[in-house]
Amino acid sequence: MTTSHVLLMALFALFVSLVFAMLLRDEPREQLKTGGMMFAGFVVAAYVLGWLMFPFPL
Amino acid sequence: MGTKSTTAERPRAAAELGRLTLVCVLAWLIPGAGHLLQGRRGKGLVFLVALPLMFAIGLWLQGRLFPLELSDPLVFLGAIANRGIGAPYFIARLLDVGAGTVTDASYEYGNTFLMTAGLLNLLVMLDAFDVAQGRK
Repeated sequence: MTTSHVLLMALFALFVSLVFAMLLRDEPREQLKTGGMMFAGFVVAAYVLGWLMFPFPL
Repeated sequence: MGTKSTTAERPRAAAELGRLTLVCVLAWLIPGAGHLLQGRRGKGLVFLVALPLMFAIGLWLQGRLFPLELSDPLVFLGAIANRGIGAPYFIARLLDVGAGTVTDASYEYGNTFLMTAGLLNLLVMLDAFDVAQGRK
């Protein structure tokens, strides 16, 4: 099965941030804000960690 | 007087315990059902769609539904996480899916989706319990 790793990571981040935003906030506006921040945090952190690990061989 | 109030409160406490148990069991079995039962329609519907979908994506990515093997602690913990999703797990077992293809590039992604969906559903169940107790 050919799947994009970046797409799967983004999909995973989307689901997790959606559920956490719904759990942590009650107002739709707050849920959107928290979910968006969390999703962006997941994606940015994945990219930063990816680049930090780049020089190290497995 | 003290004895009287204790006797009167006993059935109420039992009914409350029964209601809490029902909310928790339903919340575990059907993702979002605990919230729907308590009138939190928006949250319940999101959980009802998102969590089984995440579980289904895990299966599509060739993830594995782990057996309850006490001899291997990591497999055992993975099995607990898998079962956290409730009914979708049992449906998957009935349909004989979730064998997992270790050689597939997406195998680990699949496992991550499957286990995270289960763990998130356990969190959702705890949230439903808090709502039932009037904490939220």
